[in-house]
Amino acid sequence: MTELLTYFLGPIWPAYTIAALVQCALLLVVALCSAAVFIWLERKVSARIQDRLGPTRVGGRFGWLQPPADGLKLLCKEDIIPAAADRPLFRVAPYVSFCATFCLFLALPFANGWVALQLNAGAFFLLAVAGLEVFGVILGGYASGSKWSLYGAMREAAQVVSYEIPLGLCVVIPVLITGSMDLVEIGNRQAGWFYHWYIFHDPFMFCTFWIYATCAVASTNRAPFDLPEAESELVAGFLTEYSGFRWVIFFMAEYAAMFVVSGLGSVLFLGGWNGPIPVASLVGLSGDPSTVAGWLGNLLGLANFIFKAVFGVTCMIWLRWTLPRLRIDQVMTTCLKYCVPLASIMLAGAMLWTFLFSGGVGR
Amino acid sequence: MMSDRPASEIVDFDVHTDEMLINMGPQHPSTHGVLRVALRTDGEVVTEVTPHIGYLHRSAEKIGENLTPRQFLPYTDRLDYLAGMNMNLGWALCVEKLLGQRVSEKTRHLRIIITELSRIASHLVAAGCYGLDLGSFTPFMWTFREREKILNLFEEVCGARLTYSYITVGGVTADLPSGWLGRCEAFLDQFEPVIDDLHALLTNNAIFIHRTAGIGVLEPAMAIDYGCTGPVLRGSGVDWDLRRDGEPIFTDMYEGYTWRVIASTGGQYPQDHPYPPVPPEAVLGDSWHRYFVRMLEVVQSMYLIRQAMEKYSRAGGVVDGPAQVKAKLPKGEAYLETEAPKGQMGFMIISDGTPVPWRVRIRSSSFCNLSVLPELCRGVLVADVPSIVGSLDLVLGEIDR
Repeated sequence: MTELLTYFLGPIWPAYTIAALVQCALLLVVALCSAAVFIWLERKVSARIQDRLGPTRVGGRFGWLQPPADGLKLLCKEDIIPAAADRPLFRVAPYVSFCATFCLFLALPFANGWVALQLNAGAFFLLAVAGLEVFGVILGGYASGSKWSLYGAMREAAQVVSYEIPLGLCVVIPVLITGSMDLVEIGNRQAGWFYHWYIFHDPFMFCTFWIYATCAVASTNRAPFDLPEAESELVAGFLTEYSGFRWVIFFMAEYAAMFVVSGLGSVLFLGGWNGPIPVASLVGLSGDPSTVAGWLGNLLGLANFIFKAVFGVTCMIWLRWTLPRLRIDQVMTTCLKYCVPLASIMLAGAMLWTFLFSGGVGR
Repeated sequence: MMSDRPASEIVDFDVHTDEMLINMGPQHPSTHGVLRVALRTDGEVVTEVTPHIGYLHRSAEKIGENLTPRQFLPYTDRLDYLAGMNMNLGWALCVEKLLGQRVSEKTRHLRIIITELSRIASHLVAAGCYGLDLGSFTPFMWTFREREKILNLFEEVCGARLTYSYITVGGVTADLPSGWLGRCEAFLDQFEPVIDDLHALLTNNAIFIHRTAGIGVLEPAMAIDYGCTGPVLRGSGVDWDLRRDGEPIFTDMYEGYTWRVIASTGGQYPQDHPYPPVPPEAVLGDSWHRYFVRMLEVVQSMYLIRQAMEKYSRAGGVVDGPAQVKAKLPKGEAYLETEAPKGQMGFMIISDGTPVPWRVRIRSSSFCNLSVLPELCRGVLVADVPSIVGSLDLVLGEIDR
């Protein structure tokens, strides 16, 4: 795209700017659409779990217009800023949270080479930026001027910062096996049949996946780790004083983050855009994405990736509506006493495995 | 399995922060209505809990002193509004005790069917809301789905779904509609497997056990000292149920029935149903036991209902209708406690010979059960406060009266 624009525009900088803007707009659409789809999905899945129907009539069948209706309702709500709130911080907090989550989409590859920003340290970038979301929550909780919000913010700080450690350890293991932090490279290394996926690479990787799943749920504040919100204890935690549009922004950040951790998990462990059966390469659609055949194959890969990510999110929804919430000390125990040591053991084990059976780093 | 200390107590933090006073309620999602609890916290640890009540005070007792007993009956529905039938029964029996009146056999069995159904409905709300307090939403919907079916049955009987005024002084307002027993039987048949679902979703869940076992341990002696009753008392292992140990006018109702008072002996429960085992972490008198006692009582109530339905259809005679609205009361006084789902509900009536009582007083079970809250919540985490409040199964309508 950049080459095409350079052809028309001459100098390279406007071409880059326009290309970047277009990509950002595309990603924003992805982020917002995924949030909308997940809101609908959450309503439907939770309803089925609870023996209800969920939305059935909004927009005709299946209540597919429910998310826009929800959004419209929330936008029409009165925008309240508490008297005790720190106004500038209170206003900026949701955007900090959302921007951090949105930046994650920049480095998330949707298919072979289809990534806004192909970084050679993509995994590192994702981990680093994912940690920024916590700032928005802490700011919001602190700026609300409410004790419940402060509790939520402090819990978020404790929880998310702690879970970064095992999450990082889990991410390091596929990186170690690939020998690259480039997520596209990690994904491509798992091409072929499903037993090439990293989750089936060795027993340690298999365990690592489950640790990653636990930590991913915890780092996105989903039940049973939704302590920062904890509606039965903290009213709504850091969201207590938020209403209307700002609340929507926080909400979308949460759903977008769910999509990202699920997508990252699928790239790192579940083959990313590589399906269980390499259909694309069997029918000859693999190859360079700039050719038509390669492009079609990539489209199939995109569908694969989206399916895996959505499936991951569905599992998170399923968990949320099944399990009670942990207590803060139990959350910290799970992280520091179980996840961190286990992830460390898995790291050592995976290192040993690659050393013994694959003759060093890589395959 | 008596232990001196809770199984997992949060003790000995080296770091102390400034104490913070937090107001939980009256508008809080998990204070079960309008309870207000003032928490003094040190970080996440609660050092002191003070319940404040009175937000739902409606002068029920004073109203009772200005109306005849039958006119007061609708107000008893609004005491424990989750078990209106049991409140009706408590008041009706108390007045009948003053009048020295007994109802017919058929009425007796009918009252058991209705009040035990009401007990199931109340315990279902307790279990569902308890799941909600622990952050699990689904059991709440499942229990309310079942409760809806009971409310449908009640609606057929008396036209109301919450405030029934069905069991009245002298009898009941109307006999059962035709075909009702069959529908009740069908409900019980389909409800039995649902209990297992609830056990799978809550009772056996590892997180649920971790959140409830060893939390809010109420020693039997303390439970008796504070006047705790109902499942809260039986959860501490005290074998006491007014349906068996109460006054004759109440216990005679249950004469000829086979059922069991659910109270743990040595931390274990009778195994006449495939109940889940007691987890090793559970300490007698903790939140888990209080919850579990309710779940087992639901099954006992089902046994009672099945027996009562059979006895009802075999009993001859007619169902007693209500007494006259403005009948004169004999001079004297009567006090009667009955076993409501939340505990012992006591009604007192003093009459000076006119149709309107001179004094009416109500003893609330939830009030006494709430009074142990400061003891149970000392040194727990913030998240455990709603959990302990939920395990006590409070209804503020009954506490504030």
